Amino acid sequence: MSGFLSKSIAFLATEPWRLLVSLVAIMSFVGFNAAYLVWVERKGAARFQRRPGPTEAGPAGLLQPIADALKLLSKQLIVPAGVDRTLFRLAPMLVMAPALAGLAVMPFSESLAARNINVGLLMIFAFGSINVMAIMLGGWSSRNKYAIISAARVVSQDVAYEVPMLLVVITMIMITGTMNLNEIVRGQAGGFWHWNLFRVWVNPLMPITFLIFYICMLAETNRAPFDMAEAESELVAGAYTEYSGMGFGVFFMAEYANILLGCSLATVLFLGGWQSPFGVFSGLFWFLVKMYFLVFSVVWVRWTFPRTQFYGLLNLSWKILIPVSLFTLLLTSALLKVMPA
Amino acid sequence: MKNPVAEVYSGLKSLFIGMGITLGQFFKPTVTVRYPYETLKIPARFRGHIELVRDPATGQPKCFVCKLCEKACPSDCITVEGVKPEGARRKTVTSYRLDFTKCSLCGSCVEACRDGAIRFSREYNLAGTRKEDFIMDLFQRLEAHRIENEKSADRDGSAPSASLPTSAQPKPAQANAPMATQPAASLPKTVETTLEAK
Repeated sequence: MSGFLSKSIAFLATEPWRLLVSLVAIMSFVGFNAAYLVWVERKGAARFQRRPGPTEAGPAGLLQPIADALKLLSKQLIVPAGVDRTLFRLAPMLVMAPALAGLAVMPFSESLAARNINVGLLMIFAFGSINVMAIMLGGWSSRNKYAIISAARVVSQDVAYEVPMLLVVITMIMITGTMNLNEIVRGQAGGFWHWNLFRVWVNPLMPITFLIFYICMLAETNRAPFDMAEAESELVAGAYTEYSGMGFGVFFMAEYANILLGCSLATVLFLGGWQSPFGVFSGLFWFLVKMYFLVFSVVWVRWTFPRTQFYGLLNLSWKILIPVSLFTLLLTSALLKVMPA
Repeated sequence: MKNPVAEVYSGLKSLFIGMGITLGQFFKPTVTVRYPYETLKIPARFRGHIELVRDPATGQPKCFVCKLCEKACPSDCITVEGVKPEGARRKTVTSYRLDFTKCSLCGSCVEACRDGAIRFSREYNLAGTRKEDFIMDLFQRLEAHRIENEKSADRDGSAPSASLPTSAQPKPAQANAPMATQPAASLPKTVETTLEAK
């Protein structure tokens, strides 16, 4: 039996099957998480406001995402008159794809990654920019004034936050010396003081670097307090205004899929990925614990801070985050030059 | 203008303080009253629509159709009808029509009543889909409650004849109006403070 099992695992690890298995696994992981992070968000929001949250569908409202999905699926997909039909239909697909592509290089544990490629980090950021383009396309093609305002905001916001984020990532690449995510995690082995977050002897500003990365991640995923793309109180539903049924549902799920990707990346870059904080029993479990803690913190931030104003958002990026991240970059390179490896 | 570094630092600190506060709330118990399952205690002086009061001695309504409430009502919501049975000393009520669509709960009728025959009910589940739901006969409502109470008394008394024909039971008057009470009746009672039906 175990012989058969190991044989079939070995068979599935050969090339065309490995691709298929990892594709299905990642898609189901993202789909499951996107659905249940909505539940986490609603429960979390409720708890922060001292409400019980969803309770009616299933025990503790656990069937709520399924009920929501059924409702959205049963609705008509309306394409309003005068929209750019191709782009309008394409946008929800494009917004979901980068998160799926990004997770393909994510090392969930030492051996659990769909693809272990040397430019994983670069690939995630290359695909990550598609996400912005997709929201922009959705807003642009909708032929709706709110959607267009939202699209313009998304682009200026994400351009502003891409810069400090990439500066932080360059800092990380200089420290770790690799763009292979698995190697980055391996470099953080042996207890939590080896995690990049706490490596203050390499760069004393490391926790601040993490903070900048986290803030940029919130902004890139259009999460509160930077949710300019769908500022309900001003822009109806922003770029998603004209979407109905599952078109809207996919945008909604993509938001959570991108949070998942962002939190996974933060875990890998700063929190030691699948490394155990005590140096023993490393594995998938620790990766998930760290990642879901970050996901929870994203929900926590959302229900703590009100939405910023748009100029405040751009001020934060251009006046604070970019100078500070440039400074950490220079400091790191200076320290790397001065100090022996 | 403050030192920009100090400004950024104090701003960042305030963000963490805010997150600490919300996390504190996160672990506190919820304050929601899960309405159809639980209800709050109704205050003693709650003003629902008026209802007739039964005389505990005879079991009949106290009202003897003096029509003072009718006259006291500023919006003409009340129409009382009654008959004088053979040999009785005074009239008994046969119909007490309340047009709750016009009532402003001013309480003039309750004040005008000499015998304490009407009072405010504790009825607050007053959602309806038709105007007619709110034009109610309080006498029939009282009768319906009486029959319901007798039935439940039979059931509690473990009498074998508990299976009364349900078709004989008139529709309770308040069943016209409330939609919200219906799930409460069909769901398990996790009720904290139940409202007694009058």
